[in-house]
Amino acid sequence: MRFSGYASVSAIITMQTFTNKAGSVIVDKLILVIQENKQYLSDIDGLTGDGDHGINMNKGFTMCREELDKNPGDLSYSLKVLAKILIMKIGGSMGPLYGKFFKAIGTALEGKEEIGITEMGEALKAAVNSIASISPAKVGDKTLIDTLVPAQAAYERAQVEGKTLSEALEAMKIAAAKGRDSTKDMVAKLGRASRLGERSRGVLDAGATSCCLILHVIADAGKDILY
Amino acid sequence: MQKFINDPSKVVDEMLEAYIKVHADLVSPTENERVIKYKYAPVEGKVGIVTGGGSGHKPAFIGYVGRNMVDAVACGEIFSSPPAQMFLDAIKVADAGKGVAILYGNYAGDNMNVAMAMEEAEEEGIQVKKVVANDDVPSAPKGEEASRRGVAGEILMWKVGGAKAAMGGSLDNVIEVAQKAVNNTRSMGIGLSPCTIPEVGHPNFTIENGKMEVGIGHHGEPGIEVVDLEPSAKVAERICNVILPDLPFNSGDEVVALISGLGSTPLMEQYIVYNDVEKILTEKGIKIYHSYVGNYFTSLEMAGITCTLMKLDDELKKCIDFECDSVGMRQFQRL
Repeated sequence: MRFSGYASVSAIITMQTFTNKAGSVIVDKLILVIQENKQYLSDIDGLTGDGDHGINMNKGFTMCREELDKNPGDLSYSLKVLAKILIMKIGGSMGPLYGKFFKAIGTALEGKEEIGITEMGEALKAAVNSIASISPAKVGDKTLIDTLVPAQAAYERAQVEGKTLSEALEAMKIAAAKGRDSTKDMVAKLGRASRLGERSRGVLDAGATSCCLILHVIADAGKDILY
Repeated sequence: MQKFINDPSKVVDEMLEAYIKVHADLVSPTENERVIKYKYAPVEGKVGIVTGGGSGHKPAFIGYVGRNMVDAVACGEIFSSPPAQMFLDAIKVADAGKGVAILYGNYAGDNMNVAMAMEEAEEEGIQVKKVVANDDVPSAPKGEEASRRGVAGEILMWKVGGAKAAMGGSLDNVIEVAQKAVNNTRSMGIGLSPCTIPEVGHPNFTIENGKMEVGIGHHGEPGIEVVDLEPSAKVAERICNVILPDLPFNSGDEVVALISGLGSTPLMEQYIVYNDVEKILTEKGIKIYHSYVGNYFTSLEMAGITCTLMKLDDELKKCIDFECDSVGMRQFQRL
């Protein structure tokens, strides 16, 4: 924190930002969290699908690591590298869905040196819209939408209420976890698990779970570099 | 799991490695090891035909690559859509400058990956259009045809689209006739036993002994209901009761009938089902113009069949009659 003396604490905290440059650490941590959870995500997916979610995500995120090691850059650049790899190389449904998600965030943040509550809010909104543009999934279908949509809504609510970036990110985290957990009692309506109908009830959705991991990293790593 | 495999994660690659050796007279590898093309593609002056999808449906999709059929195919993992790059690479190797028609089945992943590949292809100056097969009647009710899945009817779409392109049709001609083929095609599947994705190692659903799953999808998607196993004649009746009124197919119509095994159902049984379907159609005054019976579109080792009917007009007839050469379908010109 840079404030000192008698300056109003709240006035300064509401201006919380992190730089696009420092933000590249968010992508570093996203790659790590996917690598660390490769088996966990595949195990969840194996209960309703073919158990390849962790494997495929890990493949894409690891390819991104290799590319960023060669050509590093700021947050928006790194997100767009990740997006391109997911879209073009991964396949299934998760490649294009997460590809679109990261591309939207990367594009929204492009050219912004400082990222504050407004910039992040716009990026999250763009991510939700972008996924909606290629997938008919709605809340309740047992997909990553069940994590993403309430998480973005919680962030936006905090933003409207005049909360700080750090508070909005925290609200997003809580809503994401709740959204992920909500998929447990749902019957899959879309995607591979929908082939199981009632048999899909009782387990978390793998996409909703990975989406929660991703949003938590964005929140935690973002909060770490706020100043 | 009783399978002749090595590393379960390498089954698609090892199969493709062999495929290009066995069928070297017909297909060639490309720079993308998951994209296989017709040996002479791009065919000069011809619209390119591209398809793709998850693997595990042999001979689909790769088996329909050949002369007057599909020019290039993108081969995904077992039951998993190929990434956009694969579709894009398939589009590129099929493109002879007259545009490319992507003819594929209605699945969430394929829809997204094809859409992104098309965006990229257009940016690279390739004219590309698509038709999405949605012939599986039980997968969504009437009125919601757009959310129905594509099953064995895809083969007739490739046959018709491939023929039109070979006859010199423009991209719009090819798209129009392939769409007409889809619009006139209805299918339904009956499952008797499940299949096992090698990497999973166990079946991801079960069908009890003595039961059958009516309306099953060709990845094991649940059907309309699970009932006691019935004689073939009853099964044929069930199928006809669902697909005939859906189009509808009427007395006086001429159709293509396609019975495909789902993997482990013997041909003998497929012929028996055909026989029963034929009797019902004849009784209803529906004439079978051309028939296919065999393992045309399978689901690993699932037991069961799909029954597909396509109503014909003169244009579709000409396309069905046209000669073609591919592993999955070989025909001489009908005289």
